[in-house]
Amino acid sequence: MLLISCPNCGSRDETEFHYGGQAHVAYPESPNELTDREWAEYLFYRDNTKGAFAERWLHSTGCRQWFNMLRDTVTYEIQAIYPMGSPRPDAAGKVTAETGTASTAADSTTTGSAAPSIAATSTSPTSSTTAPEGATK
Amino acid sequence: MSADHLPEHPDFLWRNPEPKSSYDAVIVGGGGHGLATAYFLAKNHGMTNIAVLEKGWLAGGNMARNTTIIRSNYLWDESAAIYEHALKLWEILPEELEYDFLFSQRGVMNLAHTLGDVRESMRRVGANKLNGVDAEWLDPQQVKELCPILNINDNIRYPVMGATYQPRAGIAKHDHVAWAFARKCDELGVDIIQNCEVTGFVKDGNRVVGVKTNRGTINTEKVGLAAAGHSSVLAEMAGFRLPIQSHPLQALVSELHEPVHPTVVMSNHVHVYVSQAHKGELVMGAGVDSYNGYGQRGSFHVIEHQMAAAVELFPIFARAHVLRTWGGIVDTTLDASPIVGNTPVENMFVNCGWGTGGFKATPAAGMTFAHNIATGEPHRLNKPFALERFETGALIDEHGAAAVAH
Ligand SMILES: Cc1cc2nc3c(=O)[nH]c(=O)nc-3n(C[C@H](O)[C@H](O)[C@H](O)COP(=O)(O)OP(=O)(O)OC[C@H]3O[C@@H](n4cnc5c(N)ncnc54)[C@H](O)[C@@H]3O)c2cc1C
Ligand SMILES: [Zn+2]
Repeated sequence: MLLISCPNCGSRDETEFHYGGQAHVAYPESPNELTDREWAEYLFYRDNTKGAFAERWLHSTGCRQWFNMLRDTVTYEIQAIYPMGSPRPDAAGKVTAETGTASTAADSTTTGSAAPSIAATSTSPTSSTTAPEGATK
Repeated sequence: MSADHLPEHPDFLWRNPEPKSSYDAVIVGGGGHGLATAYFLAKNHGMTNIAVLEKGWLAGGNMARNTTIIRSNYLWDESAAIYEHALKLWEILPEELEYDFLFSQRGVMNLAHTLGDVRESMRRVGANKLNGVDAEWLDPQQVKELCPILNINDNIRYPVMGATYQPRAGIAKHDHVAWAFARKCDELGVDIIQNCEVTGFVKDGNRVVGVKTNRGTINTEKVGLAAAGHSSVLAEMAGFRLPIQSHPLQALVSELHEPVHPTVVMSNHVHVYVSQAHKGELVMGAGVDSYNGYGQRGSFHVIEHQMAAAVELFPIFARAHVLRTWGGIVDTTLDASPIVGNTPVENMFVNCGWGTGGFKATPAAGMTFAHNIATGEPHRLNKPFALERFETGALIDEHGAAAVAH
């Protein structure tokens, strides 16, 4: 059970919260101009970081407000909690791709189909991203 | 079905070779899928100069952690085809692999607790029959006859309104399945290399030509990724992305009991699934922890929730004890269907996204993935499960459609 510090309500059990997946995924600025590949990226592709991960949480049975959290996906340690719309507070916030066990990334150029960067500061907590998958299987 | 029917603990079943400097193909991940893929590469395609690289010990990932439910009663044609093919392979594999891994076709029941469930279930039974999958609809009394310890009273929050039943479904001993494949792989000349972690790839332009490991660089013409929960990490090393989120999935067992539970019962709605292992433990699981996670553990409230469901459905479990709980890392996709096929990197292939339900698919995943690796083209059964479907929109949406996804 995670003990999560809601910015409005203080420390509460994980069971009061809902997970909202990766943070800082902005709705496309010009939806009509996206290619199928770019739509796929926006709809279905999220980072799946092993290590510090910026994600959204909703205090659904408390203040019903969204907030961002920086959490380690291996130790589950919560490293920071910060408001929607604020940039990611750690060093990785300045680069788009964080690597998990990355000491030895591919030594060559990345492939042509590598993801277009969709990392941008999210301003809208209600953007139409999907629910955390698997929650109701 | 008591302990004396269990096979003796096996002797050494495979060599522990040093990695060679080069192979015709390298499979990353020595779980069930990686081993089955190597087996079919060797057996069906004559590719024996190949290696399976496993960062830990053989089949210590989800293969060691799953609840071993095998069934093929999925809704959509594409899923029914590949899972039913897997089930048919399960039926012949003990003989083919010369290993009795206790595949027990004791049936699987998927309970319905709401009118919506009932309609969805009947629809699925119809779809299954059209696809040649054995399926029936049971009313509550028939449910009770098949599994007498199930509570079908209507004085509980979500009474049992019926169930779908697949008689040919069941369970198997997962460890023994892995060992059965590993032994045959070894006999066919495949190198199974444990404690060998892939840490990067060597590429020539966009073509993979080798893998870097903690035991040195290995040249290879082809790479097959079968790393389940770590698929995204490997794809990132190779320079492409996968639409996968890794979540903890937990399960648990009770202490040993006399045989009380003759089949497998799954409930999507109150969310627990239960079988009784050959030795006598009650084996139970439910859904993933909501957050992304690579730690092989989850939160206790998830277990509490599934226990509440279990005790309501099986009142006699109230006095059983939880003996062990554990977690694995499952690779989920948004349409709850796997990804098997080519990748943006030439000569690199991926088998992942089986999420909470890939044990049952092990033989078919291995057979189709081997075909894809050997020929460069997908097998007819894995073609619909290509990575491109997230771009074309041809999703195979088994969320909710396939009963609990295990
Ligand atoms: C609790 C639980 C219950 C489940 N119940 C069911 C069920 O009832 N029925 C069902 O059908 N499915 C079930 N599943 C799902 C099923 O276990 C998986 O879909 C399936 O095991 C995945 O394939 P695998 O066996 O190859 O995975 P794994 O056994 O996880 O194999 C992947 C391997 O890759 C290795 N690896 C990762 N990274 C690297 C690297 N860099 N270098 C080298 N090796 C690497 C890992 O160490 C691991 O051994 C369950 C899963 C869990 C966790
Ligand atoms: Zn709050």
